[in-house]
Amino acid sequence: MKEIFLESMQEKSISGHIQDNPVEPSGSGHSMRVENLNVFINDNHILKDINLDIPEKSITCIIGPSGCGKSTFLKSINRMHDETPEVKINGSILVDGRDIYGPRVNVIDTRKKMGLLAQRPCPLPMSIFDNVAYGPRIHGLKKRKALNQTVIQYLQYVGLWAEVRGRVRTPATRLSIGQQQRLCLARGLAIEPAYILGDEATSALDPISTRKIEELFIKLKEKYTLILVTHTLRQAKRIADYIVFMYLGKVIEAAPTDEFFNNPKKQLTREYLSGSFS
Amino acid sequence: MDRNMTLKKLEEGLFKILMVVSALIIMGVLIYIVGTIIYKGLPSLNWDMLSKLPGGGFYLGKEGGVANAIVGSLYIVAGSLLISILLSLPVVMYINFYLRKNSLFANITRFSFDILFGVPSIVYGAFGFALMVYLGIRASLLGGIITVAMLIMPIMMRSLDEVTRLLSRDLPDALLSLGATRYEMTRVIIRQLMPGIVTSVLLAIGRGIGDAATVLFTAGYTDNIPHALNQPVATLPLAIFFQLGSPVEEVQNRAYASAIILTVIILILSFSARYFSSRYSKHKI
Repeated sequence: MKEIFLESMQEKSISGHIQDNPVEPSGSGHSMRVENLNVFINDNHILKDINLDIPEKSITCIIGPSGCGKSTFLKSINRMHDETPEVKINGSILVDGRDIYGPRVNVIDTRKKMGLLAQRPCPLPMSIFDNVAYGPRIHGLKKRKALNQTVIQYLQYVGLWAEVRGRVRTPATRLSIGQQQRLCLARGLAIEPAYILGDEATSALDPISTRKIEELFIKLKEKYTLILVTHTLRQAKRIADYIVFMYLGKVIEAAPTDEFFNNPKKQLTREYLSGSFS
Repeated sequence: MDRNMTLKKLEEGLFKILMVVSALIIMGVLIYIVGTIIYKGLPSLNWDMLSKLPGGGFYLGKEGGVANAIVGSLYIVAGSLLISILLSLPVVMYINFYLRKNSLFANITRFSFDILFGVPSIVYGAFGFALMVYLGIRASLLGGIITVAMLIMPIMMRSLDEVTRLLSRDLPDALLSLGATRYEMTRVIIRQLMPGIVTSVLLAIGRGIGDAATVLFTAGYTDNIPHALNQPVATLPLAIFFQLGSPVEEVQNRAYASAIILTVIILILSFSARYFSSRYSKHKI
């Protein structure tokens, strides 16, 4: 099986067109551009010459088999790799024309632009209210009235307000897993990011909670640019506007969702979609 | 097949017996110690023991109590805990959240904890005494506090480090991704680690309050309650030591009563710490 992949990769010369030119899913403006991004962990070359444009106010799903570099790519976008000295990064990620890896870029400002939704919900060890208020507080919002408004606004936005309005001062850990994930989303939104990053954000959830989160993602793209890593092809098909398929640290194909699923251009993509490997 | 099953059952039974016997031995030793203390000390335990200072001739069987040692022990434990927490927590947070995972500095620091953890308390006492002579400090509450702090700091750091290393990466990542600085992140993490911190403090209290060797040269001994850091102070372990050394049986029994007081103080501190920890950590993940 491995040989077939390698053969197909050689046949289609993946490092040719896609790697030399930014992949531009058509149909939208660009607010994020990834240029020649290479990520090394110790001596392992994890991401290889990633060139990509992420269309704004849309959902871009990154798919690919385990270990292909999806999460590493996501962590590159909000500079979470800065916390791991073993990781070395070359290339640039331009957000609104400015390289987030540039010399005078403030990491905290960059992270503030990227709301992250992790695989497992991780509420902070504090009340529901304080979870949502935490981000605005550390970024300078101190007035109680403004904080109250912010918390209510974002709890309403994620559809949690009606469920928790009588108990916002109770520990966030008392919420169900699905509710916790929506709380984490509200917490991320409260710092007013421009991007929402999701790292398999529904993989730990039951089908009903998953549906709620997916509906939220679709609602969120009116205001935000969403970049979601998912393992579930069906989910990508349901919610994504654009798909980026990665394999062995490279972007193999990127296209609008319909085009990607109905008319994939690369042999490797066809094999992945047909379930030849996962 | 049958023979195999019989062997498995025999093995299962044998290990079960071994575990039960081990548990009984441990419980037996504990019951024997506590039982002896209570049996010998309870008749001598009265309100005077708790509330009065030792009068003249107390160690020869005359009236008085060990209020000086009770207050002295609490002063020393409170002071040394304050110093230890203020130094241990930043060190542990630094090596876990500011340095990279396998940093040489972090490894050397951990290695130092391990070595200091195993140093006998009398060595700390002797070192504290030498330090006091060098600095020109007399045997005093301050000397006792500093020396006991040196004794309990490695215990606290080692246990805090263990607790911190068990923390999942999810929480720090969640905080950093919100744009928190490392200091802001550390503040939230400390809330999450509160039950573990309390356990570390309890371990330290247990070791610090009951140790006689560290305070023998450094804190001195007095029949009064100190009113300043430069005055000598009595401690319960030394009070027990001096009373047990008396030829008078009544005084020896008072040593056991003092041991009951020491045990009860540890229990009260332990239960209060657990209570406040559970109240404080109700938001824990």
